[in-house]
Amino acid sequence: MIARLRRWIPAIGVFVAFIALWEAVVRVFDIQGFILPAPTAILAAFPGAWPEVWPASIGTFLSALGGLALGTTLGILAAAGAARWPMVRDGAMPLAITANSTPIIVLAPVANAWFGLLSPWSTIVVVAVLVFFPVMINMVRGLLSTSASELELMASYAANKRTLLWKLQLPGAMPYMFSALKVAAALSLIGAIVKEYFGGSQARLGQYLTLKAGNFQFEEVWTAILLASAFGIGLYLLITLVERRYMGWHVSVRAAKV
Amino acid sequence: MTDFAVSLAAVSMIFETAGGSVHALDDITIDVRDGEFISLIGPSGCGKSTMLRLVGDLLVPTEGNVAVRGKTARQARLDREYGMVFQSSTLLEWRKVAANVELPLEIMGVPPEQRASRAREMLALVDLTGFEDNYPWQLSGGMQQRVSIARALAFEPSILLMDEPFGALDEMTRERMQMEVLQIQKQTGTTIIFVTHSIPEAAFLSDRVAVMSPRPGRIAEVIEIDLPKPRVFETREDPAFFAAVTKVRESLRGFEAFE
Repeated sequence: MIARLRRWIPAIGVFVAFIALWEAVVRVFDIQGFILPAPTAILAAFPGAWPEVWPASIGTFLSALGGLALGTTLGILAAAGAARWPMVRDGAMPLAITANSTPIIVLAPVANAWFGLLSPWSTIVVVAVLVFFPVMINMVRGLLSTSASELELMASYAANKRTLLWKLQLPGAMPYMFSALKVAAALSLIGAIVKEYFGGSQARLGQYLTLKAGNFQFEEVWTAILLASAFGIGLYLLITLVERRYMGWHVSVRAAKV
Repeated sequence: MTDFAVSLAAVSMIFETAGGSVHALDDITIDVRDGEFISLIGPSGCGKSTMLRLVGDLLVPTEGNVAVRGKTARQARLDREYGMVFQSSTLLEWRKVAANVELPLEIMGVPPEQRASRAREMLALVDLTGFEDNYPWQLSGGMQQRVSIARALAFEPSILLMDEPFGALDEMTRERMQMEVLQIQKQTGTTIIFVTHSIPEAAFLSDRVAVMSPRPGRIAEVIEIDLPKPRVFETREDPAFFAAVTKVRESLRGFEAFE
């Protein structure tokens, strides 16, 4: 336990030093609040901003989470299909790779037209589409990462396709799924907020940010930025925790545990 | 029909690849007796692994016929007659040792309590009692290979197909594993087809050694190994053992002269 705490000391030190440097730079150079407010000023703005910024963050976070869940589920299902039928793979993979290389976030204004400006679904769907492709591509790679002798082994047991998927391919794809999830988690928050820039409910982070920046209330803007990062970090830690819990066997987690 | 465990009749295998067709095996005819230990030996690329896969129905021959206990190779595979052991242990790394041994039983629908007791029994057979809850990566290469042998034997297949199972092990581990395999065969009566690169290994383990020629692989000679059974540690020092090794080696050298 103490040894583990000791490992955190450098990270905590750097973090504290970073905040202190930030505060010092703002004070020494007398930087204007709309360019960069001091950490203390942001902290002071929290109580006043809280009744507005907290529900907005929760709303945005839930939309992001909804989109993440939907996109990940669909991505995994599509990957299972692509791994099972070469026809599907040959047909769908080029599209998936192309889509994954385009900035899908440009769909945001269109989604408003499709699902209605105020519907949470417009955000959920944008996030889901955004998340779908990296999850699918990673999962296909993961599902097909089985070795020739593993496949021969399963064939020697006369295992059917479903057994193959559940006993070999899916567990083998777990490391790929977790790296995809980590990318997707960050993407989901970015997607949700950017989508909300293009309009939507006032009680959402994207709208809150545009509004406060327009009013030059930059301390409030920074409270939103900090809450958004907190949610992002929280999501990432949650995924890492689950990964460590269920993937203790994998070399990446083994190394991290030592 | 016959009481042979495995019969190959005029089997040929041609692979169609992008670079043209590769004639891997040509006119292979051989019968393997029930309970026999037979080794396939030959230069790399002679098709001995291919031959093993034809017996196990992992490949289908271009020509000829493979019969296993009076059935087609495919039917034998569906009836789970084969246990496979590869050069790499091919353990599923997310499963603990016991769960790896249980894998085939799980797929075959054996109830959990029976699976667990069978896994314990098999792990005892390969001398790995106490390692049930370890992950494969916590085991040495030799131990991992013993787990894979335990797994192959767990569902009592009538035929064990072993593809250079000890190729990646050091000499001392290898010799110990050879003794273990012989002991297991004595206890279970399993027919074993064993692919190897090692002449002494083939001579020490086998009732017969099938020496194969370079591509296209043919069976150049089948050598009976007249060593008393059970083979023991001292067998390796027996002049008859050296005679057997020499016989296999000379047979292998026979076609080197053509190259």
